[in-house]
Amino acid sequence: MATVRLKKGFDIHLLGAIENKDIAFTSPAQSVAVVPDDFHGIIPRMEKKEGDAVAAGEPLYHDKNDEAIKVVAPVSGIVKEVRRGERRHINAIIISPEGNAAVTHDPQRPALDVLLASGLWVMLRQRPYDVVPSPGVRPRDIFVTAFDSAPLAPDLDVVLGDKSKFIAKGVEVLSGLTDGKVYIGTRKGQSIEATGAVVTTFVGPHPAGNVGVQAANTVPVNKGEVVWTLDIVTLARIGELFTTGKVSHDTVVAVDGEMVQQPRYVKTVMGADLATVLKNEAINVAQSRFISGNVLTGVKVEADQWLRAPYRHVTIIPENNDPDEFMGWAALSPNRFSIYRTFTTWLRGLGKPVSMDSRIKGGERAIVRTGEYDAMLPMDIYGEFLIKAIISGDIDKMEQLGIYEIAPEDFALAEFADTSKLELQRIVREGLDKLRAEMS
Amino acid sequence: MNKIEPSFRPGGKLAKLESVYDGMETFLFTPNATSRSGAHIHDGNDLKRTMITVVVALIPALLFGMYNIGYQHYLAIGQSHVGWFTMFLYGLLALLPVIVVSYAVGLGIEFISAQIHHKEIQEGFLVTGILIPLIVPINTPLWMTAVATAFAVIFAKEVFGGTGMNIFNVALITRAFLFFAYPSRMSGDEAFVKLDSAFGMGGGTVVDTFTGATPLGQVATNVGDQLQVTNVLGEPISCLDAFIGYIPGSPGETSMIAILIGAAILLLTGIASWRIMCSVFVGGLGMAALVHALPSVTYPASMLDPMTQLCLGGFAFGAVFMATDPVTGARTTVGQYIYGLLIGVFAILIRVYNSGYPEGMMLAILLMNAFAPLIDHCVVSSNIKRRARRAATKE
Repeated sequence: MATVRLKKGFDIHLLGAIENKDIAFTSPAQSVAVVPDDFHGIIPRMEKKEGDAVAAGEPLYHDKNDEAIKVVAPVSGIVKEVRRGERRHINAIIISPEGNAAVTHDPQRPALDVLLASGLWVMLRQRPYDVVPSPGVRPRDIFVTAFDSAPLAPDLDVVLGDKSKFIAKGVEVLSGLTDGKVYIGTRKGQSIEATGAVVTTFVGPHPAGNVGVQAANTVPVNKGEVVWTLDIVTLARIGELFTTGKVSHDTVVAVDGEMVQQPRYVKTVMGADLATVLKNEAINVAQSRFISGNVLTGVKVEADQWLRAPYRHVTIIPENNDPDEFMGWAALSPNRFSIYRTFTTWLRGLGKPVSMDSRIKGGERAIVRTGEYDAMLPMDIYGEFLIKAIISGDIDKMEQLGIYEIAPEDFALAEFADTSKLELQRIVREGLDKLRAEMS
Repeated sequence: MNKIEPSFRPGGKLAKLESVYDGMETFLFTPNATSRSGAHIHDGNDLKRTMITVVVALIPALLFGMYNIGYQHYLAIGQSHVGWFTMFLYGLLALLPVIVVSYAVGLGIEFISAQIHHKEIQEGFLVTGILIPLIVPINTPLWMTAVATAFAVIFAKEVFGGTGMNIFNVALITRAFLFFAYPSRMSGDEAFVKLDSAFGMGGGTVVDTFTGATPLGQVATNVGDQLQVTNVLGEPISCLDAFIGYIPGSPGETSMIAILIGAAILLLTGIASWRIMCSVFVGGLGMAALVHALPSVTYPASMLDPMTQLCLGGFAFGAVFMATDPVTGARTTVGQYIYGLLIGVFAILIRVYNSGYPEGMMLAILLMNAFAPLIDHCVVSSNIKRRARRAATKE
């Protein structure tokens, strides 16, 4: 088993970490939602309409360009509302849970068809572009990350629980879908039973758990190649599907962050409403920011909304805990957290848990300081030059500098650390979308 | 602030001052904006803090510069017995108008430019504004400084898009403009030692033996195979004098000690690239050693020993505060070594073999500013080639 040591990056320690790994059970979700924006690259065409009954695992919609790609309901119930926004964009499909009807699949059928029909397909991502893979393209390799290194992130071993027994089957299924190998990236001390997969241990700070970082440090993605990426939980779900014929939509979610009184793991269902997940938590809604996911890559949600599909994590941080901070740029207090030595945080140690709110703490500027992005990106990529190429829309340069290897999440830590306060993830996403439109 | 805000927004009475209002508000209060997309938390550091830290690092050189202006003045009028505070006060009074002019002109242009483009006022000039008084000879008439600052801010910075977009170091362009536009005022006896009184303070008659040329100026015009470097009274200067800074020169550049304190602050806070800073010194030392090994009477500067070479003139100041400007320097790690090394080499090369310019640092940095993108291009190209090769071997 190979070990890769990554030096670049940074572990941000926030207040509100989970201390014990017990899993709390909550009451069944009051409502469950599927948000099409979670599946980038898919344009929804509804199969169900408001008032229809659905079984768990039954398709709600498919992709406009490929009818075989289905997005399914995580629970059985009634489609209560298809919430639309501007230009009829579907913001959310809301289901009132009811009954126990569930769809079963025949594991003997071709694996690709089963994956597509089961709704697990849309949980996969492909590089380049960080979108839901296109079924017509056989990937060079498949990369699986077995841990999440983001701030306050859940321990995926806890999320997996007894589902880890399906990992071997998952590897077997995916091996049949690629001519290359299935790579699994683990952190130190984690043992994964997966015959047939190449297991690599990654030692180092965040973003060591990012699957793109792992791929770049094992077998990087080149122009013209396609790889799939997923995490170990999805891999276990695939294994379960091909063992039992059913997709499990149950999930364990880490609920943490400074505003949470009792940070803990909660067992619930994908897409569950936050009200149910956060039951028994007295949270000051007005002063909190609810994030489905982690503080770097997660999605801002409202307290009356739902868990988003790609994440097993809810972080709640203060929205703005010092609205009138006087001359913050002159602060000498070590409590004003900065990883740079221009502030005094480093004197008391950067490893101590800190409170951080959602303020940007500075105006957007041109890139001035050097090497900031590179220090947060453990890949053989000149991050700053790539970002500049994307901003200037230079497609050739983007390709040459390695845009095929990256996803927005890989730049999340750089976005946190950026003195110039540029929205790097948005810039990368726009660059990838532009390139994808250009290439198709 | 919130109460008066509406009048500054579009449609308000004072909408023309919107940028100024924003500038003041973000100066006084940390911006209230919370993240909309992407990362939900952000590091506490911003460009304001970064720039202010550089200004702090410049303070030792600034204070010593003030003191030295006074010291040289009282030495020249034969009153070297006055206390250090009198000297400092004289220097303060002499330098203050230059600082005021530099900031007033530069920030004025920044404010106007920001308002025209409806952008926030950017912080870049905070550093440039203090650099200019430190590198312009003290006897430069204020109007010249004003013209040069305006020229540099408009043509070296704003036309390129403002802070972070300029190709050449703005403060050095100011200096270069002065140097080429008014060469007679920038060198020789008259430029570096203030002889007349400052706001009525410190008047007196100049002693007969006075010579106001900087050590490097003297070296450049040296005749014969014996190098004679003297202070304003014609007494010899030791290497230690040059290290502490008791020599004529631009206000900020004379004291090696003050500059090294600044360097320590910049390196400790991680703002300046140690790669650039160290390699400038290495390049300079190497080149100085080389020319010293081949001394020649035709090029008297080649007779200076390498350490003295680095202590004199603007070499150290340029290496610490100018070459490390991230906007105009090389941005790749490898590129920074090359960039710094070449600045050091060229600075000494110009000093020694081009007697028209006794100080080579300014031109060396500006030259390398122009080449920095090329250096980076080469470094990045090797990454591109590596990637292309990787893709090719796969097929």
